[in-house]
Amino acid sequence: MSIFINRDSRIIVQGITGRMAQFHTKEMLDYGSNVVGGVVPGKGGEKVFGVPVFNTVKEAVAATGADTSLVFVPPPFAADSIMEAADGGIRYCVCITDGIPAQDMIRVKRYMLRYPRERRMVLTGPNCAGTITPGQALLGIMPGHIYLTGPVGIVGRSGTLGYEAAQQLKDLGIGVSTSVGIGGDPINGSSFRDILEEFEKDPATEVVCMIGEIGGPQEAEAAAYIQSHMTKPVIAYIAGLTAPKGRTMGHAGAIISAFGESASEKVEILTAAGVTVAENPSVIGSTIARVLQGRAA
Amino acid sequence: MDIHEYQAKEILKSFGVTVPEGALAYSPEQAAYRAREMGGNAWVVKAQVHAGGRGKAGGVKLCKTDHEILDASSAMFGMKLVTHQTGPEGKGVYRVYVEAATAFDREIYLGFVLDRSSQRIMIVASAEGGMEIEEISATRPDSIVRQTVEPAVGLRDFQAREIAFALGIPPDLTQQMVRTLQGCFRAFTDLDATMVEINPLVITADRRIMALDAKMTFDTNALFRHPQISELRDKSQEDPRESRAADRGLAYIGLSGNIGCIVNGAGLAMATMDTIKLAGGEPANFLDIGGGATPERVAKAFRLVTSDKNVQAVLVNIFAGINRCDWVAEGVVQALKMEPVDVPVIVRLAGTNVEEGQKILAKSGLPIIRANSLMEAATRAVTAWKNDTAQNSRLRASE
Repeated sequence: MSIFINRDSRIIVQGITGRMAQFHTKEMLDYGSNVVGGVVPGKGGEKVFGVPVFNTVKEAVAATGADTSLVFVPPPFAADSIMEAADGGIRYCVCITDGIPAQDMIRVKRYMLRYPRERRMVLTGPNCAGTITPGQALLGIMPGHIYLTGPVGIVGRSGTLGYEAAQQLKDLGIGVSTSVGIGGDPINGSSFRDILEEFEKDPATEVVCMIGEIGGPQEAEAAAYIQSHMTKPVIAYIAGLTAPKGRTMGHAGAIISAFGESASEKVEILTAAGVTVAENPSVIGSTIARVLQGRAA
Repeated sequence: MDIHEYQAKEILKSFGVTVPEGALAYSPEQAAYRAREMGGNAWVVKAQVHAGGRGKAGGVKLCKTDHEILDASSAMFGMKLVTHQTGPEGKGVYRVYVEAATAFDREIYLGFVLDRSSQRIMIVASAEGGMEIEEISATRPDSIVRQTVEPAVGLRDFQAREIAFALGIPPDLTQQMVRTLQGCFRAFTDLDATMVEINPLVITADRRIMALDAKMTFDTNALFRHPQISELRDKSQEDPRESRAADRGLAYIGLSGNIGCIVNGAGLAMATMDTIKLAGGEPANFLDIGGGATPERVAKAFRLVTSDKNVQAVLVNIFAGINRCDWVAEGVVQALKMEPVDVPVIVRLAGTNVEEGQKILAKSGLPIIRANSLMEAATRAVTAWKNDTAQNSRLRASE
């Protein structure tokens, strides 16, 4: 088992003809991901590494039975492409694009709510590294070779810091059930809490590693969920203990962001919720190993 | 992206918000002339800087004569205004705004923000205007009114009325308040703002609802569709190193330490800074080279970091996914060959094309210290810097 994707996921890449998209489509194919199509308006009929390109998501879904999408579309058009995926019957969508206007994302999130829950698409990202279920499917831009298969679920805002965790686990011979990047944007498709709920239900996941950073309320919200609902152990690392306080012009943000946005406050809140917090980024792997050993004993 | 008060007022005015009559000046003489042109018998001279808290710092002065305007604005021009939002270095004053002074009965706080919790636009208001909002939320949290806006239909009039009544706006001014709220909301959404703040919004003695101050911040990701907003950028208000970095597609924040950092990804960049500190050093900067960085961009990042005179060691930490280690290595080699540096350089590469990257570094013949893990890289950087410093002081001692 895993969450969101597995070897049967039928994947399309929106924006597949772009330079970066082609590079990473090749990486995904080499990894063994089941990439069944691409979508680029006006380029229907072409092929990229043997993968057929369609003009619309609906055409791609009809022809290939696709249920999963990876969005590689440039920022001005990315929100539109995510909505097209939601409308076209895609169930899980990862958006890699960095630089989407925040208000476009507000509209995307509202648009997705128009579908009943059982047909509603799940979105992770934007501005993330993607999702990988090691040994089964790579849906994103992460280097696949740093992930072993195993019992650790990873969820993080920062892509590269997620790689760091996976590499440390690999060095210790520990593998990953699924790793999900939720991205660094203020308005994102899924929160830490959303992903933790999935890991809690997933039989293949024994412990969860959560990688947060300064700013935003989602780590504190996750802490409340962990305390009241999670049975599986959670290990966290929060980046930015030494980061300078942001210089902002106005204050309106301060009033609604209240307590819980600095790295030290997040560490405090998570610790109080029973989360094991790794004190620095170099001990994420060893902290997880310790928790896993504790469970085995 | 931040803009000046006078620019925010001009924008809000075009969306139906009432603002005082005012004019911009680039010199004390022009300020006095503008006031005479405007007429009246009292004016407020306001330093235009991208920061709040100007009043307490001497950036806002009430004047009743020509002389007072000349004196007040002469003191402001060229000064570095230091407020609690500018940092100790302050922000330079190159423009002042002269406004007709307004008599008012009540002050209100009004803010529009992107609320990360509800993932919607939120309106925050308080009847305790004039005070700093942190102060209000600490001392009078009950006075704060909040409304989130449903994106499909936008701000509804009933919500605006609810805010007006919650703030105790007199019934005969409700419509004006609704118009003000709707104007701010339309400016926020039409122009892709991330913040609109009016503090204070006042009820004037002649019963008008008027914005006495205004701040707007815009989403840099959306500037591509608002060229008229991009033009309002004022580089004199930015840290020169940071704006130089932004022009090169790099996110850079200068700090006071001496180990320069070049990293991909904001999270890993912060984690690298945390690790340097743990290893006994102090980071000189935060720098995220972003995704898909070309050798040229990496070389520019390298030169930017080493242009800081405090930098005594450079740590490059790249875990490549969408980036490529070979491009990063090429960039580092390019920068070092064009402009050799006399500080130790430590490079840690991992991820996509790592073997190719290592080969490029090895073949370059440059004295680059390589590391395999983040901790090793940070420790080596701190050790190299300490050795280098010790060696240099020995050299100086022997001279």
